[in-house]
Amino acid sequence: MRLINRHPDRAGRLVLVLLPFALLLFLYFSASASRLADNPGDKLLPSATQMAAAIDRLAFTEDKRSGNYLFWQDTGASLSRLGLGIGIAALLGLCLGIAAGILPLFRAPLSPLLTVLSMVPPLAILPILFIVFGLGELAKVMLIVIGITPVLARDLEQRAREIPQEILIKAQTLGASTWTLILRVVLPQLLPRLLIALRLVLGSAWLFLIAAEAIASTDGLGYRIFLVRRYMAMDVILPYVVWITLLAWLMDLGLRQLTRLCFPWYEGAKA
Amino acid sequence: MKPIENRPVASESLTRSPERSTLTQPARTFIDVKNVWQEYGDQVVLERLNLTVNQGEFCTLVGASGCGKSTFLRLLLGQERASRGEILLDGQPLAAEPDSSRGVVFQRYSVFPHLSVLDNVAIGLELPRARLLGRLFGRAKREAREQAAAILHKVGLGHALDKYPSQLSGGMQQRLAIAQALIMKPRVLLLDEPFGALDPGIRKDMHGLLLELWQETGVTVFMVTHDLSEGFSLGTRLLVFDKTRIDPHAPGAFGARITYDIPLNSDRRAQRAAVAALPAHITGDLQSAL
Ligand SMILES: Nc1ncnc2c1ncn2[C@@H]1O[C@H](COP(=O)(O)OP(=O)(O)OP(=O)(O)O)[C@@H](O)[C@H]1O
Ligand SMILES: [Mg+2]
Repeated sequence: MRLINRHPDRAGRLVLVLLPFALLLFLYFSASASRLADNPGDKLLPSATQMAAAIDRLAFTEDKRSGNYLFWQDTGASLSRLGLGIGIAALLGLCLGIAAGILPLFRAPLSPLLTVLSMVPPLAILPILFIVFGLGELAKVMLIVIGITPVLARDLEQRAREIPQEILIKAQTLGASTWTLILRVVLPQLLPRLLIALRLVLGSAWLFLIAAEAIASTDGLGYRIFLVRRYMAMDVILPYVVWITLLAWLMDLGLRQLTRLCFPWYEGAKA
Repeated sequence: MKPIENRPVASESLTRSPERSTLTQPARTFIDVKNVWQEYGDQVVLERLNLTVNQGEFCTLVGASGCGKSTFLRLLLGQERASRGEILLDGQPLAAEPDSSRGVVFQRYSVFPHLSVLDNVAIGLELPRARLLGRLFGRAKREAREQAAAILHKVGLGHALDKYPSQLSGGMQQRLAIAQALIMKPRVLLLDEPFGALDPGIRKDMHGLLLELWQETGVTVFMVTHDLSEGFSLGTRLLVFDKTRIDPHAPGAFGARITYDIPLNSDRRAQRAAVAALPAHITGDLQSAL
């Protein structure tokens, strides 16, 4: 049988899904064990117990200086920045995308502008953000907003343009004004596409967050990683990276489920 | 059905026969197309179009592919403006953008994919009444939905009110599109190859439905079709679009005109005229039942 016609069955699929992860873990821990056997003070590949101890210290023991649980404080700070940034970017992107995609008078000035803006490397203007907005929360949130809004807006503009002309004409013959047409026809059709676009920019959003936290912050997941780097504390860095990955994966999953739940009519939701 | 070939030009007297239609219908010019041209760049698509249509007529439009039938419908719909000439609706120049006086059914993409069948029709009652949010609430919403359900039962979609359009067959989607257009009680209904993608059996059902609705509502219909027999059997008037002049070196130099204008189905026309002559309170009942 040809390779392209061979499908794994249910059990086989599960095994195939888990296999690469198991392989990675096995490789890591065997390498870690052999290094630690050579040199018990080795910091590069900490063992599971070392990492568990680090997590226990950060997540389940009060910090002596501040009295906080650092791990959760970092997580809360990062997630609120990320949520705020993504929320503002989604709202802005939606407004810009609809304006540029549906209203010809707005498309003329907006479309080329968005194209140019999306070419500006956000990290290159990070210093400007720190100068303008100071080193506080605002600059970090703004970096996420500036980084992903043009991408979202351009994607949504494209999606809005893909709405068949017939649909817009039909809505007008049903008595819609421009405003109610956007509210009842365009917006509902773009919302599932917004969720999909958000899934795609989630990675960049995390990148900008961690970059901003690494440079100027006093808490946050990115801040902690870059802080403990000085002590080569791989036993902290690795669990933090795994935790960030898990959070990002959960957000992706959440967005996908939300699309399926809220927009059952949307065919792309099944993918 | 193969597209109509180029035919010799019919004489003016044959193309336009207002005298004949006055015999069976009250002579009330409803739509008046006056010397309309439509050009895109230097491509002339329609030229010197003259046409008068009375209220309640069922015009079927046929012609070779690309000769400008859809363009003519777009002009009637107000989606585009004619490059020259004007179109009067009840003596007034046509509104320059689509509005609720003219309903439309396209071959595809006529219904909203994100709304259930019921809401696809109810939205037509909500949009004109709720200028701010575009939706009704409470009792008004319930009433709109009941009205929508009534017309959906009429077109045979009573069992599918909660489905989404993607779950409907092609024929059901077109039924939905027709119900959606008619809930607005438009004065003109424009259909662009509405049954082009349907198989013959379903098509027959749709013909019956369309004629029934036309009889009851008295709406003036323009329907583009590629199926000549469909055009003959449905309409009270068949309009043939064709180029009368062709320059082989510049295919875009001349546009299509209406070369034949054939009155059809005089019995049906008479029937309609009789319905139109009924006292208003009876026809009013008929219409509100819809
Ligand atoms: N917006 C436009 N810009 C330029 N040319 C156009 C435009 N719309 C239509 N045309 C041209 O006008 C001509 C008529 O198009 P139209 O769609 O009206 O034909 P049609 O009779 O409906 O054909 P069909 O039976 O295939 O649907 C075509 O040659 C097309 O290329
Ligand atoms: Mg056409």
